[in-house]
Amino acid sequence: MSRVKVFRIIKPGLFTTVQDLGRCGLQRYGVPVSGAMDAFSMIAANLLVLNQSGYACLEITLLGPELEVLNNTQIAITGADLSPTLNGQSLTMWRTLNVSKGGIISFGETRAGCRAYLAVAGGINVPVVLGSRSTFVRGVFGGYEGRPLKTWDVIEASEPPSHFKAKLSMPEDLIPHYENKLTVNVVLGPQADVFTDKGIETFLSSTYTVTTEADRMGYRLEGPVIEHKVSPSIISDAIPPGAVQVPGDGLPIIMMVDAQTTGGYAKIAVVTTPDLSRLGQVKPNDTVCFSGISMGQARLRLLEYRKILRLMETRVLQG
Amino acid sequence: MCEPAKYLPVGDKALLVEFGNAIEITINRKVLALCNAVLRSKPLGVEECIPTYRSLLIYYDPWKVKYEQLVFQIKGIEQRLDELVSQMKRRTVTVPTVYGGVYGPDLSYVAEYHYLTEEEVIRIHSEKEYVVYMIGFIAGFPYLEQVADEISTPRLETPRLKVPAGSVGIAEKQTGIYSMESPGGWRLIGRTPLKIFDPSWPQPALLRPGDKVRFKPISGEEFEAIKNAVLRNTYSPVIKEE
Repeated sequence: MSRVKVFRIIKPGLFTTVQDLGRCGLQRYGVPVSGAMDAFSMIAANLLVLNQSGYACLEITLLGPELEVLNNTQIAITGADLSPTLNGQSLTMWRTLNVSKGGIISFGETRAGCRAYLAVAGGINVPVVLGSRSTFVRGVFGGYEGRPLKTWDVIEASEPPSHFKAKLSMPEDLIPHYENKLTVNVVLGPQADVFTDKGIETFLSSTYTVTTEADRMGYRLEGPVIEHKVSPSIISDAIPPGAVQVPGDGLPIIMMVDAQTTGGYAKIAVVTTPDLSRLGQVKPNDTVCFSGISMGQARLRLLEYRKILRLMETRVLQG
Repeated sequence: MCEPAKYLPVGDKALLVEFGNAIEITINRKVLALCNAVLRSKPLGVEECIPTYRSLLIYYDPWKVKYEQLVFQIKGIEQRLDELVSQMKRRTVTVPTVYGGVYGPDLSYVAEYHYLTEEEVIRIHSEKEYVVYMIGFIAGFPYLEQVADEISTPRLETPRLKVPAGSVGIAEKQTGIYSMESPGGWRLIGRTPLKIFDPSWPQPALLRPGDKVRFKPISGEEFEAIKNAVLRNTYSPVIKEE
């Protein structure tokens, strides 16, 4: 497949990485899933430039980069509203955008959410490592040389099969709105029995604030202390993304997509898959509440979420 | 007969199968046997298995299989578990290790802490074979069987900012090998020239759960020779299959 240079990084922004939908089947080798923190927005961005849903995009965190466009192409920006502009003119998010060689894409203030996704027609072309183009910064592999982007990096895209014919936009009612308060659904367990009834009650009824220790590995939360029966430790076992672990200080940590694959703190609950995408848009000082649902309810919601993804595809492509 | 496994839902797309609540070889063997059998028979909807000390996390696609159906299928495999455990093969992996000096700056501390000579610490550490219980953390870190009490040593009070990949350390009763360069607080007693983790390998971790690890003391010259061969991809680790 031929490749084309699409962007030169003028300023990298706070933390801009290449991500796709992550690594599958490798957690048993100690390889985290990685991939987009907000998979929903990334899938949407890809759809809007007629990419397959798993093509690699830029994940842009809070302070966006400044990019010089090196060749005419089509892009789409979804997720957090970080005030994107092209040559100083504000850009509309959630739709196909044509950008021309020499143009400058930049970002301004954070209006809503935490992470924006920039898809480019054909998908970002970086080497596939362990089945994915996602950057795992702590492991120094994947994405662009295993690291966040720097000034002077040049980003290449694969040549898209069809030449820039997309002219798509997301129906208004499917665009998520990000607030500073989020309630996420969780399924209690697998180690809810390590906590007292009072501890579980505290967890499900309190409002927690996201601290500044919040990144792709996990979010430390602040709020009412969750009571353990005896000890917060368990025999180390697998940590799925979305697991809420509670160490000895009684304050929950939500494990995100770059979290270590195993660990020894009890997990009081696990966030459901659709809500994990929503959590990807949470930033320090936002608040999170946890709502307990049964595994059966969680399954129905997951199936519903998949239907929405399919519906989104149909509606976007039909215009 | 021992008690049956516990089946627990994890979020909206995973099932945890727990065998007891202890770090024990017999329990770990059951986890690994179940993991192998599930990966081999690939029940409908199963996507990924993660074996740990005493439990197996199974990811599945709820679109293809319901939790209850999957539990039923896995229980079917659990029926045959004793037989599967008895059929399991074990590998022994020799991990050449240079002890002490710049490679293991805490060897002298560990010796003094226990009123032993450095040679005694090396002997005690290298004469035992360590079972790999699981692979995890980040980048293929092997969780090994415990060291003899005689050399169990507390962690550093202040972790080092940079520990080289391949460093062999002790933290209380644990021993392990740093799979990549990272910060760390383990007492470093040696270093292996082997690559423990390499993302360019299709199976990126050298060690597998269930393997036995034997640390073989080598000299600094041997370390450099093996290291060069590893870099040129001409070194094959010594792996004995049972």
